[in-house]
Amino acid sequence: MSADTHHAHDHGTMGQLMIGFALAAILTIIPFYLVMAEVDMARSTLVGIIMGLGAVQIIVHLVYFLHLKRSSEEGWNFFATIFAVVILVIVLAGSLWVMHNMNENMMPMHEMDQQIEQMKSLQSQQG
Amino acid sequence: MSTATSASQQSIVEPLADRPMHHAREARPHEDPHAHSSPTPVGFWIYLMSDCVIFGALFATYAVLGGNYAGGPAPKDLFEPGFIAVETALLLFSSVTFGLAMLRAGKADTNGTLMWLAVTALFGAGFIGMEIYEFNHLIHLGAGPDRSAFLSSFFALVGTHGLHVTGGLIWLITLMVQIRMHGLIGPNMQRLGTLSMFWHFLDLVWIGVFSFVYLVRLI
Repeated sequence: MSADTHHAHDHGTMGQLMIGFALAAILTIIPFYLVMAEVDMARSTLVGIIMGLGAVQIIVHLVYFLHLKRSSEEGWNFFATIFAVVILVIVLAGSLWVMHNMNENMMPMHEMDQQIEQMKSLQSQQG
Repeated sequence: MSTATSASQQSIVEPLADRPMHHAREARPHEDPHAHSSPTPVGFWIYLMSDCVIFGALFATYAVLGGNYAGGPAPKDLFEPGFIAVETALLLFSSVTFGLAMLRAGKADTNGTLMWLAVTALFGAGFIGMEIYEFNHLIHLGAGPDRSAFLSSFFALVGTHGLHVTGGLIWLITLMVQIRMHGLIGPNMQRLGTLSMFWHFLDLVWIGVFSFVYLVRLI
């Protein structure tokens, strides 16, 4: 096995490739089935399942297709990946949080119209 | 990482034009003791991670703007899950056939490598063809990138991915010509390894696209 893994350092083995393909296919078919068969489930549950399966499939691709290991290239690849994931989490969660917060605190359109009307009537009374 | 190793790498990374290509040292790329210490895979991986951050920004844009239809069409009016399933299958198959090409290359089988690379290119071209058809179809429906913030962010994200795949396809065809001309020499093996990373990475980004851009919005 050790000689085998040394040989397979860069490009993996046929077994790895086929395991990766099988897992990726299953993890792709399930979410498409859930949507196309219009399975009767709560919307938030379905969203959670689809996003969760997507995350698992990304890990399957990293391990079986991109051969990412903690030790590959003396750990540089692994830590670069961790760094990218941290940046991604900050960008995605941060954007959603900031924009959600802004939407919550914005004055709704109809209230703004009302305020403008009030201002106009006040001005016309004074004038 | 020391200067001594990087100097010795020079000969592997850059085949000098004035040197004949059929050198004994390049006939057995896997037995080169320095093959694993080449800085190219790490550097390319760091490029891929920075590309990942670009896609992250585009995904964040879509997440923020994806609900702003401006009275225009919504995802349910535009997206067809069956169509996206075929696109996804094409890209996944192309990833697997690239893996098969890499295995052939590891066994120094030039013709087998070229054959699987050609299959990969066909799947990739099929994917790009379907995407161009989809974009064209949407623009004809009046659902172009100028219709709403939702469609702007959709075209920016999916279009950037499509451009990457197109670039990968051009690289793939160029590399096939190089392998045909010079065989599986050291530099070509290195290019093959980097393109393999790039191609699998694009399939990885597509997982995010089909889950987050298409499927979740069709529930």
